[in-house]
Amino acid sequence: MSKLVIDNVSRIFPAVRGGTPTRALEPTNLSVADNDFVTILGPSGCGKSTLLRMVAGLDTPTTGRILLDGKAITGPGADRGMVFQSYTLFPWLTVSENISFGLRERGVSQRERNDIARQWLEKVGLTSFANHFPKQLSGGMQQRTAIARALANDPKILLLDEPFGALDNQTRALMQELLLGIWERERKTVIFVTHDIEEAVFLASRTVVMSARPGRIKADIPVDLPHPRHYTIKTSPAFSDLKARLTEEIRVEAVLAAEAH
Amino acid sequence: MKPLAPISSTARVVLGISFFVLFVAAWSYATFGGFVSKTFLANPLTMLDDGWLLLTKQGFLHDIGMTIWRVIGGFVLAALFAVPIGILMGAYKPIEAFLEPFVSFARYLPASAFIPLLILWAGIGELQKLLVIFIGSVFQLILMVAVSVGSVRRDLVEASLTLGARDAGVLKRVLIPSAAPEIAEILRLVLGWAWTYVIVAELIGSSSGIGHMIIDSQALLATGQIIFGIIVIGIIGLISDYAFKAANRRLFPWSII
Repeated sequence: MSKLVIDNVSRIFPAVRGGTPTRALEPTNLSVADNDFVTILGPSGCGKSTLLRMVAGLDTPTTGRILLDGKAITGPGADRGMVFQSYTLFPWLTVSENISFGLRERGVSQRERNDIARQWLEKVGLTSFANHFPKQLSGGMQQRTAIARALANDPKILLLDEPFGALDNQTRALMQELLLGIWERERKTVIFVTHDIEEAVFLASRTVVMSARPGRIKADIPVDLPHPRHYTIKTSPAFSDLKARLTEEIRVEAVLAAEAH
Repeated sequence: MKPLAPISSTARVVLGISFFVLFVAAWSYATFGGFVSKTFLANPLTMLDDGWLLLTKQGFLHDIGMTIWRVIGGFVLAALFAVPIGILMGAYKPIEAFLEPFVSFARYLPASAFIPLLILWAGIGELQKLLVIFIGSVFQLILMVAVSVGSVRRDLVEASLTLGARDAGVLKRVLIPSAAPEIAEILRLVLGWAWTYVIVAELIGSSSGIGHMIIDSQALLATGQIIFGIIVIGIIGLISDYAFKAANRRLFPWSII
Protein backbone atom coordinates (compact mmCIF):
# COMPACT_ATOMS: atom_id res chain seq x y z
CA MET A 1 0.00 0.00 0.00
CA SER A 2 1.09 3.53 -0.65
CA LYS A 3 2.27 5.51 2.34
CA LEU A 4 1.07 8.82 0.98
CA VAL A 5 -1.67 9.39 -1.56
CA ILE A 6 -2.21 12.77 -3.17
CA ASP A 7 -5.62 12.52 -4.75
CA ASN A 8 -6.71 15.14 -7.28
CA VAL A 9 -5.18 17.93 -5.20
CA SER A 10 -5.18 21.46 -6.60
CA ARG A 11 -4.54 24.87 -5.09
CA ILE A 12 -5.91 28.17 -6.31
CA PHE A 13 -4.94 31.26 -4.36
CA PRO A 14 -7.81 33.75 -4.25
CA ALA A 15 -7.56 37.03 -6.16
CA VAL A 16 -5.93 39.95 -4.38
CA ARG A 17 -7.35 43.45 -4.99
CA GLY A 18 -9.22 42.85 -8.20
CA GLY A 19 -6.53 40.63 -9.73
CA THR A 20 -7.14 37.18 -11.11
CA PRO A 21 -6.90 34.12 -8.86
CA THR A 22 -3.54 32.34 -9.03
CA ARG A 23 -3.63 28.72 -10.12
CA ALA A 24 -0.63 27.48 -8.19
CA LEU A 25 -1.26 23.79 -8.70
CA GLU A 26 -3.42 21.96 -11.22
CA PRO A 27 -5.27 18.86 -10.00
CA THR A 28 -2.45 16.46 -9.16
CA ASN A 29 -2.25 12.77 -8.37
CA LEU A 30 0.79 11.19 -6.77
CA SER A 31 1.40 8.10 -4.68
CA VAL A 32 4.49 7.65 -2.57
CA ALA A 33 5.47 4.15 -1.47
CA ASP A 34 6.75 3.36 2.01
CA ASN A 35 10.46 4.12 2.45
CA ASP A 36 10.64 5.83 -0.91
CA PHE A 37 12.84 8.87 -1.45
CA VAL A 38 10.94 11.08 -3.90
CA THR A 39 12.45 14.31 -5.15
CA ILE A 40 10.14 16.90 -6.69
CA LEU A 41 11.98 18.91 -9.29
CA GLY A 42 10.71 22.07 -10.94
CA PRO A 43 11.39 25.70 -11.75
CA SER A 44 10.44 28.35 -9.24
CA GLY A 45 6.74 29.05 -9.10
CA CYS A 46 5.71 25.58 -10.24
CA GLY A 47 3.75 24.86 -7.08
CA LYS A 48 6.18 22.27 -5.70
CA SER A 49 6.51 24.04 -2.36
CA THR A 50 2.75 24.57 -2.25
CA LEU A 51 2.25 20.85 -2.73
CA LEU A 52 4.71 20.07 0.07
CA ARG A 53 3.09 22.60 2.41
CA MET A 54 -0.30 20.95 1.80
CA VAL A 55 1.17 17.57 2.71
CA ALA A 56 2.56 19.18 5.87
CA GLY A 57 -0.91 20.58 6.60
CA LEU A 58 0.34 24.17 6.57
CA ASP A 59 -1.83 24.93 3.54
CA THR A 60 -5.23 23.55 2.50
CA PRO A 61 -5.99 22.09 -0.94
CA THR A 62 -8.68 23.86 -2.96
CA THR A 63 -9.82 20.48 -4.28
CA GLY A 64 -8.91 16.89 -3.56
CA ARG A 65 -7.45 15.25 -0.50
CA ILE A 66 -4.20 13.92 0.85
CA LEU A 67 -4.06 10.60 2.69
CA LEU A 68 -1.26 9.44 4.96
CA ASP A 69 -1.58 5.75 5.83
CA GLY A 70 -5.16 5.99 4.58
CA LYS A 71 -6.08 8.89 6.88
CA ALA A 72 -6.96 12.30 5.46
CA ILE A 73 -4.66 15.18 6.41
CA THR A 74 -6.53 18.07 8.00
CA GLY A 75 -3.72 20.10 9.57
CA PRO A 76 -0.09 20.04 10.62
CA GLY A 77 1.06 17.26 12.91
CA ALA A 78 4.05 15.49 14.36
CA ASP A 79 3.62 12.55 11.95
CA ARG A 80 4.97 14.74 9.12
CA GLY A 81 8.34 16.26 9.91
CA MET A 82 9.41 19.24 7.86
CA VAL A 83 12.69 20.99 7.08
CA PHE A 84 12.34 24.48 5.64
CA GLN A 85 14.58 26.39 3.28
CA SER A 86 14.86 29.28 5.73
CA TYR A 87 16.66 28.65 9.01
CA THR A 88 13.87 27.86 11.43
CA LEU A 89 15.70 26.67 14.52
CA PHE A 90 14.32 28.27 17.67
CA PRO A 91 16.97 30.86 18.49
CA TRP A 92 16.30 30.78 22.25
CA LEU A 93 16.95 27.03 22.51
CA THR A 94 20.30 25.29 22.33
CA VAL A 95 21.01 22.82 19.53
CA SER A 96 20.16 19.94 21.85
CA GLU A 97 16.93 21.58 23.06
CA ASN A 98 15.95 22.31 19.46
CA ILE A 99 16.34 18.66 18.57
CA SER A 100 14.13 17.57 21.46
CA PHE A 101 11.46 20.27 20.93
CA GLY A 102 8.93 17.89 19.37
CA LEU A 103 9.55 15.25 22.03
CA ARG A 104 8.87 17.84 24.72
CA GLU A 105 5.59 18.82 23.06
CA ARG A 106 4.60 15.15 23.25
CA GLY A 107 5.44 15.01 26.96
CA VAL A 108 8.44 12.71 26.66
CA SER A 109 10.46 12.66 29.89
CA GLN A 110 13.58 14.80 30.20
CA ARG A 111 15.85 11.76 30.40
CA GLU A 112 14.49 10.14 27.29
CA ARG A 113 14.64 13.47 25.48
CA ASN A 114 18.31 13.86 26.35
CA ASP A 115 19.03 10.32 25.16
CA ILE A 116 17.33 10.81 21.81
CA ALA A 117 18.90 14.25 21.33
CA ARG A 118 22.34 12.79 22.03
CA GLN A 119 21.83 10.03 19.44
CA TRP A 120 20.79 12.55 16.80
CA LEU A 121 23.58 14.96 17.62
CA GLU A 122 25.94 12.11 16.91
CA LYS A 123 24.22 11.12 13.66
CA VAL A 124 24.52 14.64 12.28
CA GLY A 125 28.00 15.17 13.73
CA LEU A 126 27.15 18.02 16.09
CA THR A 127 27.89 16.43 19.46
CA SER A 128 30.37 19.13 20.41
CA PHE A 129 27.81 21.83 19.57
CA ALA A 130 25.02 20.47 21.78
CA ASN A 131 24.92 23.55 24.00
CA HIS A 132 25.47 26.18 21.33
CA PHE A 133 22.73 28.54 20.26
CA PRO A 134 21.65 28.46 16.58
CA LYS A 135 23.18 31.88 15.90
CA GLN A 136 26.60 30.44 16.71
CA LEU A 137 26.30 27.82 13.95
CA SER A 138 27.01 27.97 10.23
CA GLY A 139 24.12 27.57 7.78
CA GLY A 140 25.03 23.95 7.08
CA MET A 141 25.12 23.11 10.78
CA GLN A 142 21.76 24.80 11.30
CA GLN A 143 20.17 22.70 8.57
CA ARG A 144 21.76 19.54 9.97
CA THR A 145 20.17 20.43 13.32
CA ALA A 146 16.85 21.07 11.56
CA ILE A 147 17.00 17.60 9.96
CA ALA A 148 17.84 16.04 13.32
CA ARG A 149 15.01 18.00 14.96
CA ALA A 150 12.50 16.70 12.41
CA LEU A 151 13.74 13.09 12.61
CA ALA A 152 14.09 12.95 16.41
CA ASN A 153 10.30 13.21 16.44
CA ASP A 154 10.19 9.93 14.47
CA PRO A 155 7.69 11.14 11.85
CA LYS A 156 6.05 8.78 9.36
CA ILE A 157 7.28 10.94 6.52
CA LEU A 158 9.98 13.59 6.19
CA LEU A 159 9.29 16.65 4.03
CA LEU A 160 12.15 18.85 2.89
CA ASP A 161 11.56 22.15 1.11
CA GLU A 162 14.80 23.10 -0.67
CA PRO A 163 16.66 22.65 2.62
CA PHE A 164 20.09 23.20 1.10
CA GLY A 165 19.06 26.04 -1.21
CA ALA A 166 20.89 28.72 0.76
CA LEU A 167 24.13 26.77 1.21
CA ASP A 168 27.30 26.99 -0.86
CA ASN A 169 28.02 24.19 -3.32
CA GLN A 170 30.57 22.28 -1.25
CA THR A 171 28.47 22.34 1.91
CA ARG A 172 25.44 21.39 -0.12
CA ALA A 173 27.20 18.30 -1.53
CA LEU A 174 28.24 17.19 1.96
CA MET A 175 24.72 17.72 3.27
CA GLN A 176 23.29 15.59 0.46
CA GLU A 177 25.63 12.75 1.40
CA LEU A 178 24.72 13.10 5.07
CA LEU A 179 20.98 13.03 4.33
CA LEU A 180 21.33 10.09 1.97
CA GLY A 181 23.41 8.22 4.56
CA ILE A 182 20.73 8.76 7.17
CA TRP A 183 18.02 7.60 4.78
CA GLU A 184 19.97 4.48 3.79
CA ARG A 185 20.27 3.57 7.48
CA GLU A 186 16.90 4.68 8.85
CA ARG A 187 14.70 3.99 5.82
CA LYS A 188 12.23 6.84 6.11
CA THR A 189 9.68 7.94 3.55
CA VAL A 190 11.03 11.23 2.21
CA ILE A 191 9.72 13.94 -0.11
CA PHE A 192 12.41 16.40 -1.10
CA VAL A 193 11.62 19.53 -3.11
CA THR A 194 14.43 21.12 -5.12
CA HIS A 195 15.21 22.99 -8.30
CA ASP A 196 18.69 21.49 -8.51
CA ILE A 197 18.81 18.65 -11.06
CA GLU A 198 21.95 16.99 -9.74
CA GLU A 199 20.57 17.06 -6.20
CA ALA A 200 17.29 15.58 -7.38
CA VAL A 201 19.02 12.64 -9.11
CA PHE A 202 21.66 11.97 -6.47
CA LEU A 203 19.18 11.66 -3.59
CA ALA A 204 16.16 10.11 -5.23
CA SER A 205 14.80 6.69 -5.77
CA ARG A 206 12.23 8.51 -7.90
CA THR A 207 12.10 12.00 -9.36
CA VAL A 208 8.90 13.86 -10.17
CA VAL A 209 9.29 16.74 -12.61
CA MET A 210 6.79 19.57 -12.40
CA SER A 211 5.85 22.06 -15.08
CA ALA A 212 5.78 25.83 -14.76
CA ARG A 213 2.72 27.71 -13.57
CA PRO A 214 0.10 26.43 -13.40
CA GLY A 215 2.00 23.58 -11.77
CA ARG A 216 1.34 19.99 -12.69
CA ILE A 217 3.33 16.77 -12.83
CA LYS A 218 5.10 16.46 -16.14
CA ALA A 219 7.28 13.39 -15.73
CA ASP A 220 7.81 10.70 -13.14
CA ILE A 221 11.19 9.06 -13.50
CA PRO A 222 12.59 6.19 -11.42
CA VAL A 223 16.22 6.59 -10.39
CA ASP A 224 17.73 3.10 -10.30
CA LEU A 225 21.23 4.01 -9.23
CA PRO A 226 22.59 1.52 -6.68
CA HIS A 227 22.81 2.10 -2.92
CA PRO A 228 24.79 2.98 -0.89
CA ARG A 229 25.56 5.89 -3.14
CA HIS A 230 28.92 7.51 -3.05
CA TYR A 231 29.52 11.05 -4.32
CA THR A 232 31.61 9.58 -7.15
CA ILE A 233 28.40 8.31 -8.70
CA LYS A 234 27.82 11.86 -9.90
CA THR A 235 30.39 11.28 -12.65
CA SER A 236 29.04 7.88 -13.76
CA PRO A 237 27.42 7.50 -17.24
CA ALA A 238 24.09 6.38 -15.76
CA PHE A 239 23.98 9.50 -13.59
CA SER A 240 24.87 11.71 -16.54
CA ASP A 241 22.15 10.15 -18.70
CA LEU A 242 19.50 10.83 -16.07
CA LYS A 243 20.79 14.32 -15.56
CA ALA A 244 20.71 15.01 -19.29
CA ARG A 245 17.17 13.73 -19.58
CA LEU A 246 15.96 15.82 -16.65
CA THR A 247 17.82 18.85 -17.95
CA GLU A 248 15.79 18.61 -21.15
CA GLU A 249 12.52 18.18 -19.29
CA ILE A 250 13.16 21.09 -16.98
CA ARG A 251 14.62 23.42 -19.59
CA VAL A 252 11.40 23.60 -21.55
CA GLU A 253 9.61 24.55 -18.37
CA ALA A 254 12.19 27.11 -17.37
CA VAL A 255 11.87 28.78 -20.77
CA LEU A 256 8.08 28.84 -20.44
CA ALA A 257 8.35 30.22 -16.92
CA ALA A 258 10.78 32.91 -18.04
CA GLU A 259 8.43 33.98 -20.83
CA ALA A 260 5.46 34.09 -18.51
CA HIS A 261 7.16 36.51 -16.10
CA MET B 1 34.82 59.19 9.47
CA LYS B 2 33.62 56.13 7.57
CA PRO B 3 29.90 55.37 7.81
CA LEU B 4 29.10 52.54 10.25
CA ALA B 5 32.79 51.87 10.97
CA PRO B 6 33.14 50.53 14.54
CA ILE B 7 35.19 52.30 17.25
CA SER B 8 37.14 50.92 20.21
CA SER B 9 35.43 50.72 23.60
CA THR B 10 37.95 53.17 25.10
CA ALA B 11 37.15 55.71 22.42
CA ARG B 12 33.47 55.17 23.06
CA VAL B 13 33.81 55.88 26.80
CA VAL B 14 36.08 58.91 26.26
CA LEU B 15 33.74 60.42 23.67
CA GLY B 16 30.71 59.78 25.85
CA ILE B 17 32.27 61.47 28.87
CA SER B 18 33.68 64.36 26.87
CA PHE B 19 30.22 65.54 25.91
CA PHE B 20 29.27 65.76 29.58
CA VAL B 21 32.46 67.75 30.19
CA LEU B 22 31.65 70.03 27.26
CA PHE B 23 28.12 70.51 28.55
CA VAL B 24 29.26 71.49 32.06
CA ALA B 25 31.95 73.74 30.56
CA ALA B 26 29.39 75.63 28.48
CA TRP B 27 27.14 75.92 31.50
CA SER B 28 30.03 77.20 33.67
CA TYR B 29 31.04 79.70 30.98
CA ALA B 30 27.50 81.04 30.75
CA THR B 31 27.01 81.35 34.51
CA PHE B 32 30.48 82.22 35.91
CA GLY B 33 31.08 84.51 32.97
CA GLY B 34 28.03 86.49 34.00
CA PHE B 35 26.22 86.02 30.72
CA VAL B 36 23.13 84.65 32.46
CA SER B 37 21.52 86.15 35.53
CA LYS B 38 21.85 84.12 38.78
CA THR B 39 18.12 84.38 39.25
CA PHE B 40 17.44 82.34 36.12
CA LEU B 41 20.27 79.85 36.08
CA ALA B 42 22.47 78.80 38.98
CA ASN B 43 26.11 77.97 38.29
CA PRO B 44 27.35 74.38 38.72
CA LEU B 45 28.94 75.04 42.13
CA THR B 46 25.81 76.65 43.56
CA MET B 47 23.88 73.70 42.20
CA LEU B 48 26.17 71.27 44.02
CA ASP B 49 25.94 73.36 47.22
CA ASP B 50 22.17 73.44 47.01
CA GLY B 51 22.12 69.75 46.28
CA TRP B 52 24.25 69.00 49.33
CA LEU B 53 21.93 71.12 51.50
CA LEU B 54 18.91 69.34 50.06
CA LEU B 55 20.37 65.94 50.83
CA THR B 56 21.72 66.70 54.29
CA LYS B 57 19.29 69.27 55.71
CA GLN B 58 16.01 68.98 53.88
CA GLY B 59 15.47 65.26 53.65
CA PHE B 60 15.72 65.10 49.87
CA LEU B 61 16.64 61.43 50.07
CA HIS B 62 13.11 60.79 51.31
CA ASP B 63 11.75 62.65 48.26
CA ILE B 64 13.93 60.58 45.95
CA GLY B 65 12.75 57.39 47.63
CA MET B 66 9.11 58.43 47.29
CA THR B 67 9.51 59.19 43.60
CA ILE B 68 11.31 55.92 42.88
CA TRP B 69 8.65 53.94 44.71
CA ARG B 70 5.89 55.70 42.77
CA VAL B 71 7.53 55.07 39.40
CA ILE B 72 8.20 51.44 40.18
CA GLY B 73 4.78 50.90 41.77
CA GLY B 74 2.83 52.47 38.91
CA PHE B 75 5.02 50.86 36.29
CA VAL B 76 4.86 47.36 37.76
CA LEU B 77 1.09 47.70 38.02
CA ALA B 78 0.91 48.76 34.38
CA ALA B 79 3.25 45.95 33.27
CA LEU B 80 1.26 43.31 35.20
CA PHE B 81 -1.81 44.40 33.28
CA ALA B 82 -0.31 45.22 29.92
CA VAL B 83 2.07 42.32 29.25
CA PRO B 84 -0.51 39.50 29.47
CA ILE B 85 -3.14 41.51 27.58
CA GLY B 86 -0.59 42.50 24.95
CA ILE B 87 0.54 38.90 24.51
CA LEU B 88 -3.05 37.69 24.10
CA MET B 89 -3.77 40.49 21.64
CA GLY B 90 -0.71 39.67 19.61
CA ALA B 91 -1.43 35.96 19.58
CA TYR B 92 -5.19 35.86 19.03
CA LYS B 93 -6.66 37.97 16.26
CA PRO B 94 -10.23 38.14 17.67
CA ILE B 95 -8.87 39.60 20.93
CA GLU B 96 -6.82 42.04 18.89
CA ALA B 97 -9.88 43.06 16.85
CA PHE B 98 -11.84 43.53 20.08
CA LEU B 99 -9.32 45.63 22.01
CA GLU B 100 -7.00 47.27 19.50
CA PRO B 101 -9.26 50.19 18.44
CA PHE B 102 -9.98 51.19 22.04
CA VAL B 103 -6.37 50.87 23.19
CA SER B 104 -5.18 52.90 20.20
CA PHE B 105 -7.67 55.61 21.14
CA ALA B 106 -6.80 55.47 24.83
CA ARG B 107 -3.08 55.75 24.28
CA TYR B 108 -3.53 59.25 22.85
CA LEU B 109 -5.29 60.43 26.01
CA PRO B 110 -2.62 62.48 27.79
CA ALA B 111 -1.94 61.11 31.26
CA SER B 112 -1.40 64.61 32.62
CA ALA B 113 -4.92 65.63 31.58
CA PHE B 114 -6.28 62.92 33.87
CA ILE B 115 -4.65 64.44 36.95
CA PRO B 116 -7.60 66.70 37.89
CA LEU B 117 -10.00 63.79 37.46
CA LEU B 118 -7.80 61.42 39.35
CA ILE B 119 -7.54 63.89 42.22
CA LEU B 120 -11.35 63.94 42.34
CA TRP B 121 -11.52 60.15 42.26
CA ALA B 122 -8.53 59.12 44.32
CA GLY B 123 -7.57 62.22 46.30
CA ILE B 124 -4.01 63.44 46.42
CA GLY B 125 -2.58 60.34 48.04
CA GLU B 126 -0.26 57.72 46.64
CA LEU B 127 -2.99 55.95 44.68
CA GLN B 128 -3.47 59.01 42.50
CA LYS B 129 0.24 59.18 41.65
CA LEU B 130 0.32 55.48 40.81
CA LEU B 131 -2.74 55.86 38.60
CA VAL B 132 -1.18 58.70 36.59
CA ILE B 133 1.80 56.49 35.80
CA PHE B 134 -0.45 53.53 35.20
CA ILE B 135 -2.62 55.41 32.68
CA GLY B 136 0.44 56.90 31.03
CA SER B 137 2.16 53.55 30.52
CA VAL B 138 -0.42 50.81 30.26
CA PHE B 139 -1.89 51.52 26.81
CA GLN B 140 1.49 52.12 25.21
CA LEU B 141 2.75 48.88 26.71
CA ILE B 142 -0.25 46.86 25.53
CA LEU B 143 0.10 48.01 21.95
CA MET B 144 3.85 47.58 21.73
CA VAL B 145 3.77 44.12 23.32
CA ALA B 146 0.94 43.07 20.98
CA VAL B 147 2.92 44.19 17.95
CA SER B 148 6.05 42.35 19.08
CA VAL B 149 4.15 39.10 19.70
CA GLY B 150 2.18 39.46 16.45
CA SER B 151 5.36 39.86 14.44
CA VAL B 152 7.03 36.65 15.63
CA ARG B 153 8.45 34.88 12.58
CA ARG B 154 5.74 32.82 10.90
CA ASP B 155 8.16 30.10 9.85
CA LEU B 156 9.09 29.45 13.49
CA VAL B 157 5.43 28.96 14.31
CA GLU B 158 5.03 26.67 11.29
CA ALA B 159 8.10 24.68 12.30
CA SER B 160 6.66 24.17 15.77
CA LEU B 161 3.34 23.01 14.27
CA THR B 162 5.09 20.38 12.16
CA LEU B 163 6.84 19.23 15.33
CA GLY B 164 3.48 18.58 16.95
CA ALA B 165 2.96 21.79 18.94
CA ARG B 166 -0.67 22.67 19.67
CA ASP B 167 -2.31 26.04 20.42
CA ALA B 168 -1.15 26.50 24.02
CA GLY B 169 2.27 25.04 23.20
CA VAL B 170 2.75 27.51 20.35
CA LEU B 171 1.86 30.41 22.66
CA LYS B 172 3.96 29.24 25.62
CA ARG B 173 6.95 27.76 23.87
CA VAL B 174 7.23 29.76 20.64
CA LEU B 175 5.44 33.13 20.72
CA ILE B 176 6.36 34.16 24.27
CA PRO B 177 10.04 33.09 24.29
CA SER B 178 10.52 34.52 20.82
CA ALA B 179 9.07 37.92 21.75
CA ALA B 180 10.54 38.01 25.29
CA PRO B 181 13.70 40.04 24.53
CA GLU B 182 11.68 42.61 22.64
CA ILE B 183 9.12 42.81 25.44
CA ALA B 184 11.96 43.43 27.92
CA GLU B 185 13.25 46.16 25.65
CA ILE B 186 9.75 47.70 25.47
CA LEU B 187 9.56 47.70 29.29
CA ARG B 188 12.90 49.49 29.44
CA LEU B 189 11.71 52.14 26.99
CA VAL B 190 8.34 52.75 28.65
CA LEU B 191 9.93 52.92 32.11
CA GLY B 192 11.75 55.98 30.80
CA TRP B 193 8.43 57.56 29.89
CA ALA B 194 7.03 56.69 33.32
CA TRP B 195 9.64 59.04 34.82
CA THR B 196 8.07 61.93 32.92
CA TYR B 197 4.62 61.10 34.24
CA VAL B 198 5.73 60.81 37.86
CA ILE B 199 7.25 64.28 37.89
CA VAL B 200 4.10 65.74 36.31
CA ALA B 201 2.02 63.96 38.93
CA GLU B 202 4.21 65.33 41.70
CA LEU B 203 4.11 68.89 40.40
CA ILE B 204 0.39 69.00 41.17
CA GLY B 205 -1.06 68.31 44.60
CA SER B 206 1.84 66.55 46.20
CA SER B 207 3.68 66.91 49.48
CA SER B 208 6.73 64.82 48.69
CA GLY B 209 8.84 63.61 45.78
CA ILE B 210 11.37 65.12 43.40
CA GLY B 211 8.63 66.91 41.44
CA HIS B 212 7.28 68.46 44.66
CA MET B 213 10.74 69.71 45.60
CA ILE B 214 11.12 71.24 42.14
CA ILE B 215 7.81 73.15 42.32
CA ASP B 216 8.69 74.33 45.88
CA SER B 217 12.08 75.54 44.69
CA GLN B 218 10.45 77.51 41.91
CA ALA B 219 8.56 79.56 44.48
CA LEU B 220 11.90 80.35 46.15
CA LEU B 221 13.69 80.98 42.84
CA ALA B 222 16.18 78.31 43.91
CA THR B 223 17.27 77.34 40.40
CA GLY B 224 20.24 75.44 41.80
CA GLN B 225 17.87 73.07 43.59
CA ILE B 226 15.68 72.67 40.51
CA ILE B 227 18.66 71.76 38.35
CA PHE B 228 19.95 69.39 41.01
CA GLY B 229 16.56 67.68 41.07
CA ILE B 230 16.52 67.33 37.30
CA ILE B 231 20.04 65.91 37.28
CA VAL B 232 19.12 63.40 39.98
CA ILE B 233 16.25 62.18 37.79
CA GLY B 234 18.66 61.87 34.88
CA ILE B 235 21.13 59.86 36.94
CA ILE B 236 18.45 57.51 38.29
CA GLY B 237 17.16 57.04 34.75
CA LEU B 238 20.63 56.23 33.52
CA ILE B 239 21.18 53.69 36.31
CA SER B 240 17.84 51.96 35.75
CA ASP B 241 18.53 51.87 32.03
CA TYR B 242 21.88 50.16 32.54
CA ALA B 243 20.37 47.78 35.07
CA PHE B 244 17.67 46.84 32.57
CA LYS B 245 20.18 46.34 29.78
CA ALA B 246 22.40 44.18 31.98
CA ALA B 247 19.40 42.11 33.09
CA ASN B 248 18.32 41.61 29.47
CA ARG B 249 21.79 40.46 28.51
CA ARG B 250 21.72 37.91 31.32
CA LEU B 251 18.17 36.75 30.66
CA PHE B 252 18.44 36.47 26.88
CA PRO B 253 22.02 35.57 26.02
CA TRP B 254 20.82 33.95 22.79
CA SER B 255 19.49 37.19 21.33
CA ILE B 256 22.75 39.16 21.47
CA ILE B 257 25.35 36.58 20.43
